[in-house]
Amino acid sequence: MTSLTALCTLLAVTALLIILSYIAWQGIGSLSFQFLIDSPKPVGEGGGIGNAILGSLVLLLISSVFGLPLGICVGVYLSEVGTGRLAGAVRFIVDTLTGIPSIVTGVFVYAIIVLPMKHFSALAGGVALALIMIPIVARTTEEMLKLVPHSLREGALALGAPQWRVTMGVIIPAAAPGIATGAMLAIARISGETAPLLFTAFGSRFFPSSLNQPIASLTVQIYNYAISPYDEWHAQAWAATLVLMTLVLGINIIVRFLTRKRF
Amino acid sequence: MTQILNRDLNPDLRSASSVVKTKMAVRNLDFFYGRVQALHNISLEIPERIVMAFIGPSGCGKSTFLRTLNRMNDVIPATRVGGQVLIDDHDIYAPGTDVVELRRRVGMVFQKSNPFPKSIFENVAYGLRINRVTGSSSELAGRVEEALKDAALWNEVKDRLKTSALSLSGGQQQRLCIARALAIRPEVLLMDEPASALDPIATSKIEELIFDLKKQYTIVIVTHNMQQAARVSDTTAFFLLGKLIEVNATEKMFTAPNEKLTEDYITGRFG
Repeated sequence: MTSLTALCTLLAVTALLIILSYIAWQGIGSLSFQFLIDSPKPVGEGGGIGNAILGSLVLLLISSVFGLPLGICVGVYLSEVGTGRLAGAVRFIVDTLTGIPSIVTGVFVYAIIVLPMKHFSALAGGVALALIMIPIVARTTEEMLKLVPHSLREGALALGAPQWRVTMGVIIPAAAPGIATGAMLAIARISGETAPLLFTAFGSRFFPSSLNQPIASLTVQIYNYAISPYDEWHAQAWAATLVLMTLVLGINIIVRFLTRKRF
Repeated sequence: MTQILNRDLNPDLRSASSVVKTKMAVRNLDFFYGRVQALHNISLEIPERIVMAFIGPSGCGKSTFLRTLNRMNDVIPATRVGGQVLIDDHDIYAPGTDVVELRRRVGMVFQKSNPFPKSIFENVAYGLRINRVTGSSSELAGRVEEALKDAALWNEVKDRLKTSALSLSGGQQQRLCIARALAIRPEVLLMDEPASALDPIATSKIEELIFDLKKQYTIVIVTHNMQQAARVSDTTAFFLLGKLIEVNATEKMFTAPNEKLTEDYITGRFG
């Protein structure tokens, strides 16, 4: 038993380490400070991924602005407000949304935002990512709120607090570290998404100038460079992958750091 | 403990209970969890500024009954109440009753201490803030200090009001919860086995506290511990299987109860 589980663990960890070290080995060569701040240039002239890094951050910001408040509100509804069949139905829908392939979300946003506006935009990309975030944030928020002991609710109610003040003043603050963790994990998750951005944010070879224009992102840039026929772009795709991986790893480390303080 | 017993027998405090008016009156109260009837036709009067103890075996309905007195059972789904509970002759189950206002007047301390994960100060200030009792921050600080003094906790925490309430010991946390309830100056204080999770020293502190508090408050305490009921209360009510068996002056109850069932329970023949 011990040796079997040890073997499985070894396999999984080895796979992960191979992926990480291979990306680092392939990517480190093309990495330079200039690469991190330049915008792309034609083949043979170098260029960088500065616009894509900025674009990814802008997309994360847009999706967080839409997705986090909505997701947290849904979570509060599921845990504190909703009862009976309606809450059950909402919970089922949220679970289903979590399982929707992200390309489907992309197509959906293409249909309801990109087509009517007649062009790709950062906004559409942000909305697509937000749609992926909402169910994740909603469920983690719900779980975290349910971990708050019932005795705290009763204690606040017994002091003459109305329900909404109990929720806002006692329950949500008590669950705040957990809710923040859920939010960070959702951000880490969507920062690696490519499919929903392909025909919403589309990609761009320039620094973003407006939320109403197509915008570059690390994932789409990696995709475009990886399928190109040029060796130089392949090398840049590896370097961009290394940057993306470091970004996601960084977010995860921050999450770990935040959760460590809980008791 | 001897000290408490001696004070318990103080004639000045004793005689006071016989002349005061009724604070809360319960008339023909039935209570249901879904289809299960937990309380059967209970009628009881709680005089002002005394300590009344509820005793009885586990599951006899004494905690359920306590929670009907400030409508804390409202938060449990599928519960139903019949009969009347009056506070100063107003029925708290009458339509249009402001439950928030009721719970301000009838405070509660729970079996397990439940301080909010906030600072010591903010725990006590919570009830004052939500009820907008105090105007200025100095007034708020004054009320918090007063409540902590009333709960005999002030000297232990006055230098660390800003630290987390969760850093206090179990007994201190329970006294903090009492302070939190006292801060909004309720007229009645309900205590649901407030010392059951505490060690003897912390328990005796809570008991002394109850003794001091009855000068200002009407206190109803649920306890599993009959010695505790004998020590702190003026009147004792005995519950069995959702029925009120006997209410009597505490000395009478523990020396010569009227009912055979009460005697059997107190002498340890069951329960």
